[in-house]
Amino acid sequence: MMRLTGEIIRPDELRSSLTDPGAGAYASFEGWIRNQNEGQAVLRLEYESYEPLAVKEGERVLKEAAEKFPILKAECLHRVGLLEIGECAVWVGVSSPHRDEAFEACRYIIDQVKVRLPIWKKEHYVDGNSGWVNCERCAAHG
Amino acid sequence: MSKTLTVRYFAAFRERAGIDEEIITLAADTARDVFELLKTRHGSSEPLRHCKVAINDEMADWDAPVNDGDTILLFPPVAGG
Repeated sequence: MMRLTGEIIRPDELRSSLTDPGAGAYASFEGWIRNQNEGQAVLRLEYESYEPLAVKEGERVLKEAAEKFPILKAECLHRVGLLEIGECAVWVGVSSPHRDEAFEACRYIIDQVKVRLPIWKKEHYVDGNSGWVNCERCAAHG
Repeated sequence: MSKTLTVRYFAAFRERAGIDEEIITLAADTARDVFELLKTRHGSSEPLRHCKVAINDEMADWDAPVNDGDTILLFPPVAGG
């Protein structure tokens, strides 16, 4: 299931949703907020999404992963709103009979989520400026 | 032919346009036409190929036709994760 949340993501509480008697492997990915990007010191990040389509497209990605790889369960949770350094921005979890497909599916899901879902990230810098990631020139006009 | 469309802006596009959405009449046949005609509003120095569009809550191709009454969602380059 693909979900968005405004609350702090606690991966330890999420992995139980992937348990399955046939699962011999569980792989997960966590994206964290780091304190710098392209040489600029980052204070915090702000994520905006268009939820109806982010969820719809995320569900599509999870379904594709299940078709491409012999996995049992896959989930993705993405944070929105204001995030502080060190917080978890996105979590992906996959369970499968063996480890290879768990790793591969997890990688597929996070890569697709980053380029396909209508989610945007605004960095707030220590120097007081801010900018939309991947959209520097748009932001320069704003 | 002119069409009356609801256009919604997101993230950098919204900040540039200064509004969330507007109802506007445009001589547009495709989503690409809408993007091009509204360039100055959404500040699209970003090439179209880096942006995305949805029509009536479905992701769409830039060549997709737009019809009177459609809601066009203009998405600047995404950056999830």
